Amino acid sequence: MIEKPYGTAAAVQHASPRDWPPDSRLNPGPERAFRAICALALVLPLLLLATLLGRALQEGWPRLSMEFITAYPSRVPANAGILPALVGSAFLMGLTAVMAIPLGVGAAIYLEEYAGSSRLTGLIEVSISNLAGVPSIIYGLLGLELFVRAMAFGRSLLAGAATLALLLLPMVILAAREALRTVPHSMREACFALGADRWQTVRRVVLPMSLPGILTGIILALARAIGETAPLITIGALTYVPFLPDSVHSPFTALPIQIFNWISRPQAGFRVNAAAGIIVLLAIMLLMNGAAIWLRVRFERKLSS
Amino acid sequence: MNHTIDKNSPRLEHVAPPPPTSAGSVPARTDAGLTSKMWVEDLRAWFGATEVLKGVTLPIAEHRATAIIGPSGCGKSTLVRCLNRMHEVVRGARVTGRVFLDGVDVYRPEVNPVRLRQRVGMVFQKPNPFPAMSIRQNVLAGLRLQKSRADDEDALVESSLRQAALWDEVKDVLDRSGSHLSGGQQQRLCIARALAMKPDVLLMDEPCSALDPIATAKIEDLIHELRTRYTVAIVTHNMQQASRVADYTAFLYLGTLIEFGETRQLFTKPADPRTEAYITGRFG
Repeated sequence: MIEKPYGTAAAVQHASPRDWPPDSRLNPGPERAFRAICALALVLPLLLLATLLGRALQEGWPRLSMEFITAYPSRVPANAGILPALVGSAFLMGLTAVMAIPLGVGAAIYLEEYAGSSRLTGLIEVSISNLAGVPSIIYGLLGLELFVRAMAFGRSLLAGAATLALLLLPMVILAAREALRTVPHSMREACFALGADRWQTVRRVVLPMSLPGILTGIILALARAIGETAPLITIGALTYVPFLPDSVHSPFTALPIQIFNWISRPQAGFRVNAAAGIIVLLAIMLLMNGAAIWLRVRFERKLSS
Repeated sequence: MNHTIDKNSPRLEHVAPPPPTSAGSVPARTDAGLTSKMWVEDLRAWFGATEVLKGVTLPIAEHRATAIIGPSGCGKSTLVRCLNRMHEVVRGARVTGRVFLDGVDVYRPEVNPVRLRQRVGMVFQKPNPFPAMSIRQNVLAGLRLQKSRADDEDALVESSLRQAALWDEVKDVLDRSGSHLSGGQQQRLCIARALAMKPDVLLMDEPCSALDPIATAKIEDLIHELRTRYTVAIVTHNMQQASRVADYTAFLYLGTLIEFGETRQLFTKPADPRTEAYITGRFG
């Protein structure tokens, strides 16, 4: 029992918070209103998304079957499938990744690890950020002029992938730089102090530590690219392809183009096909995003084990 | 042997005469038989337009610990970072002057800073083991960078960790990541990592400032032992620490070396009033 000189508990327990000086924040109104607005900002887009997804599922789910995935397009909606589009998209993604990843990660490493801070690098940095926001149809026009015509790739997978790679480059560079920046400077110093040169520091210390972030950025960029339609239409991807691409020079179609084509047909049957196509496309994107999360968690666990 | 430093001071020569400037000559000896392992000559360093070191001349005695003390911002970290050319890694940083290691000016154009850093190891203020590597890999990291393999890596890992007084605590978890260790253990891991390179000189930049008193005591004991086998230069803002671990102490103030001498003398009979003011806590 604590007594003098501290006084007794009873002596200090008589007061109530109501005796405290007034505070304007005691009015709960603004706090509640702000909270409600934020919640609305979350719920509204979610509702829209759910409606969209619900409509597509409702319309397209019955149409989904192995046959739909393995069939070639047809004039009869019930016989039409997405095989060439699916294979085209897969080839396109593979080629795009091969082109965009080394260039993008390399550029990011140069900017973060090697380049000094001059006016030129500042200009390059701003340009890259701006390029990431340029509408994709502009890239399509560039691809049409540069790859299809000037470099004579024709309306091929190669031209399509090169165009998409251009579109992805700024995104990959930005994501990779962001990931490289998360590696503390002290790690680079530790490595230099052990007698490492810059390449060894990047290879042994910086890249392993930033790999989860870089991979996540790449996958998210690819997931965006797989849904790109406008640049591919601009460079002249076909809409009716009754064969599979057999080389990087062959003409091609892709999932979003197939969907776009079906939606613009008058017959109701094609609309159902489009809905089913949308489900397939969404599933692929979800898988890619899931892979990004899985990779990040896995590498982060590895880093801290 | 306690005196203010100025470049013309004849008595500075007593501590260790400056080595000849040509490469490969025999290191100079002092009366006491001490060799100055490193010699800093009129060192100036800048960050951008700010001059943080304004012409410092200083010996680093072989097989001894030299402490560099001074208030925050006096340039003491920059000074040791110039000894292994880590200063120039920072953007906008610049150095002039000469730093000799065994008679060779390490700022000569033909000296590769990478090779220099293999001989002059460094321990930083904040423990920085590589998180993506196991404890064992951390110790061997410097060796791996040289793409060389020791004849017996297990022995090297053990001897380095033993010298860093960490072996008994980690010998069963060598393959786990070093980031699970406590701050003090991580710092000793960083010391082991530097020692595995078998450096000539070990630079320590406030190695205990992020550690609790017990971990600090362990590291100080360690420095006391290491100084006889290596050459140690330690930056500290803790004057008690300097007096505990260092044979020689340099007091740096506003980028200028105010005083250099044997630690006990510098702390008991400082020659310069500014040194006295600092060690008695009147500024800093």
